[in-house]
Amino acid sequence: MDQLDRDIINRLQAGLPISERPYAEVATELGIDESALLQRLDRLLKDKTLTRFGPLYDAAKLGGAFSLVAMQVPAGVFDEVAEIVNSYPEVAHNYQRDHAFNMWFVLATETPQQIDAVNRDIEQRTGLAVRNMPKLQEYYLNLQLDASL
Amino acid sequence: MLNSQGQVCVDDDTVIDDLDRQIILATQQGLPLDPRPFSVIAEQVGTSAEEVMRRMTAMQSEGIIRRIGAVPNHYALGYRGNGMTVWDVPDERVDEIGEQVGALDFVSHCYRRPRHLPDWPYNLFAMVHALDREQAMQLVTKIADLLGEADQGHDVLFSTRILKKTGLRLTY
Repeated sequence: MDQLDRDIINRLQAGLPISERPYAEVATELGIDESALLQRLDRLLKDKTLTRFGPLYDAAKLGGAFSLVAMQVPAGVFDEVAEIVNSYPEVAHNYQRDHAFNMWFVLATETPQQIDAVNRDIEQRTGLAVRNMPKLQEYYLNLQLDASL
Repeated sequence: MLNSQGQVCVDDDTVIDDLDRQIILATQQGLPLDPRPFSVIAEQVGTSAEEVMRRMTAMQSEGIIRRIGAVPNHYALGYRGNGMTVWDVPDERVDEIGEQVGALDFVSHCYRRPRHLPDWPYNLFAMVHALDREQAMQLVTKIADLLGEADQGHDVLFSTRILKKTGLRLTY
């Protein structure tokens, strides 16, 4: 990753204009060719420096239900429980964290009732309690990492 | 969420129709890397590039599209200290404090969530991003200093393993 890549990453986090030739516009801002920008963007996506590039849809605005759920999973059954939790298509992300609450996953469903249904099902299959932690209020949501550090 | 005409109601004022839905499905995994990306989408969904741009601009004004942008991989950019900081703050001050914490430039997400007493007394969550854990802990101290006596207890949870990361996919 060179400085130009970092400049591209920083610029593209801020957003692409909606126009006939949006990449050409951004390329001009950065002082490069449209094709160079597209090539670099393609490479950054292929080598996973960028996780994704495109319209970031606010799924909650589109009518879905979401929740963050935490579990305290005994070490001996951790992998088994992870497999069970991961098997649900409603589980979008699942992370292990270093805390007594060591498994954290995000549920995305069409209705709030389905959130509860999936949680109850996970409890039944694992024999462990789940702690549902939906967002009650959102204060700020803007992921912009400075790529030049 | 469907009104009498079978349209999805986003909220009282906003309705998305079948063409909007097709545009969402055609683009939720990414924008085409083509000099004329909206023309490519237009061909896929059977309309004009102008119509696609008009609808996506409208969705962006309504907040359905946050922006058309890149999502970086923290680790690839050298950020290895990504911690979920959690705080127990008085309920009557949590909104005020949440706004202040959310505005800090090293905080990417900040939410109020329910406590689960007695094991989980925290009601405010803030994701912080730093180059390493040591720097992340310094950021925690900055938040604690900001909170002062409103900090009734806090902790930081670092993720040690990504168990699944498929992201959100709309299926309609």
